[in-house]
Amino acid sequence: MSITQVAPDVSGLIQKNRVHGSVYTDEALFQAELERIWYAGWVYVGHESEVPDKNDFVMKSIGPQSVIMTRDNTGRIRLLQNRCSHRGNQVCLKTQGNARAFTCPYHSWTFSNTGDLIGFAFPDGYRDNPDADKKTLGLGSLPRVESYQGFVFGSFAPTGVSLKEHLGGAAETLDRLVRTSPEGEVEITAGFLKHRAKANWKFILENECDGYHPAFVHSSIFSVADSAIGAYYGDKSTALTRDFGQGHTEVDLRPEFRKADTPMRWFGTTEARLPEYVAAMKAAYGDGKAREIMIDGTPHVMIFPNLFIAEIQIFVIQPISVDETIQHVTALQFKGAPDLNRRLRQQTMGSVGPAGLLLADDTEMYERNQRGAESLSPEWVFLGRGEQRERRDEDGYMVGHSTDEVPSRGIWRHYAELMGA
Amino acid sequence: MAYKDSSDLLLRATEFIFREARFQDEHQYDDWEALWTDDGVYWIPANGDDIDPEKQMSIVYDNRSRIALRIRQLHTGKRHAQAPRSRVRRVVSNIEIGESGEQGVQVFCNSLVFESAMRADTLWSARTEYWLREGADGFRMSRKNVFLTNNDQALFTLAFLI
Repeated sequence: MSITQVAPDVSGLIQKNRVHGSVYTDEALFQAELERIWYAGWVYVGHESEVPDKNDFVMKSIGPQSVIMTRDNTGRIRLLQNRCSHRGNQVCLKTQGNARAFTCPYHSWTFSNTGDLIGFAFPDGYRDNPDADKKTLGLGSLPRVESYQGFVFGSFAPTGVSLKEHLGGAAETLDRLVRTSPEGEVEITAGFLKHRAKANWKFILENECDGYHPAFVHSSIFSVADSAIGAYYGDKSTALTRDFGQGHTEVDLRPEFRKADTPMRWFGTTEARLPEYVAAMKAAYGDGKAREIMIDGTPHVMIFPNLFIAEIQIFVIQPISVDETIQHVTALQFKGAPDLNRRLRQQTMGSVGPAGLLLADDTEMYERNQRGAESLSPEWVFLGRGEQRERRDEDGYMVGHSTDEVPSRGIWRHYAELMGA
Repeated sequence: MAYKDSSDLLLRATEFIFREARFQDEHQYDDWEALWTDDGVYWIPANGDDIDPEKQMSIVYDNRSRIALRIRQLHTGKRHAQAPRSRVRRVVSNIEIGESGEQGVQVFCNSLVFESAMRADTLWSARTEYWLREGADGFRMSRKNVFLTNNDQALFTLAFLI
């Protein structure tokens, strides 16, 4: 049952190369986004490797709601709502663990990790009451749970497109990602940093594949850290921005990496520094294919609305309110690659989170964006960069220069469809 | 090394911690960096105080060269999260001496840090553990562990020196 009385009309707010500033500040619109995006379509929740064993669980979220991701005793992954069916208390207070059942601390109702109600306390009080039917009093759970390459997504909608259809062209980026492991698997095992920003979630969504800002927002670290990243986002870069459709976007750095033709350049290192990893890759894929993978590197892709894979780490975007968002971030870890994983953790810790040498500056920009959007004039945000030079690639996806706003335009076109514009 | 008595050690450790606090409050980056030993490690864990920083993500886990990089970035004037700089003032208290050994002497304190920045005012709270080693010109930090009281929560940007 919805309490939204009047659905905001976004049709006048989103145009082909500009959006109205109120899309970042309108409280009613935020509530409508929860209903039409976060509680209606596929949203990334967690990774299978976070619940490796039967009866493992980990606390996750979809929008402001917490969601318990469990692996039940048959091995199936479930997404449960953290709300007792009795009087709404939270049934789980731990962030992770292993449990066959969750007992609500309030009146001791007990639920299995499939969500089913197992038992009432003092059951005499419910005997012969036809409405006290355990079968109808389980925990809320997401009707659809699917995973791709170990990434688990949930949808509150009982019907709709499959996850594979939702991912569309972006599915290939996850295939590309897992190949960086000699065993073909990603693991999420290093724990998450949680970075809070006083900003609307869409500023973060749009920034993830904005290749125009790094030269300016990150000039401080590029100038002191002997980093090659800056050049990928320069005027002369051959890297591409791409719109996969359905809101998914990427910055494709492969043209630059292929030009350099040097394995492990994508990670700013060399084969010589990672001998065990290189040997494992060659053994797994053969010399030629391993070399190709180690040149191409991992993707930089924003999977709408909340999973950002940024070469060496993943971010999960959690909207809290119209002007507050949490970025959950951790290092990617690749199965069978301990020497690479150690460096991935070190690099990630330096770059991201509240004190990160990169992300503290991005987050500063998000918060200034939010304050800027409170000013009423000019009313529009202009997203026309590179419109005159964008083109279709061989797969039919729109691509542009690495600094062009192809991703933002793609995100907003999809957003407008979801929001009924 | 021999200390005259425990009150002398406590006094010297207290003077060191107060000086470090002032350098941080006043963004005297080079003076602060000079307080580190060559093998110094600066650690701010996340998600509890007892995680393994070699395995789990920390807010800061800087070796000496990354401490230097952090300072060089602040000096560019384009570290946007500190341009303009936060205004910061901290109160340090509950200083206690712990163990001593080859790595130096272990000192604990509590601190409350008030940060005023463009976003808002933020109050930070921490338990800090130092390992101080005797040098030619007094103590230096070989280890500083900052256990933020709310390190299990989502935190705002923390780009000043804490």
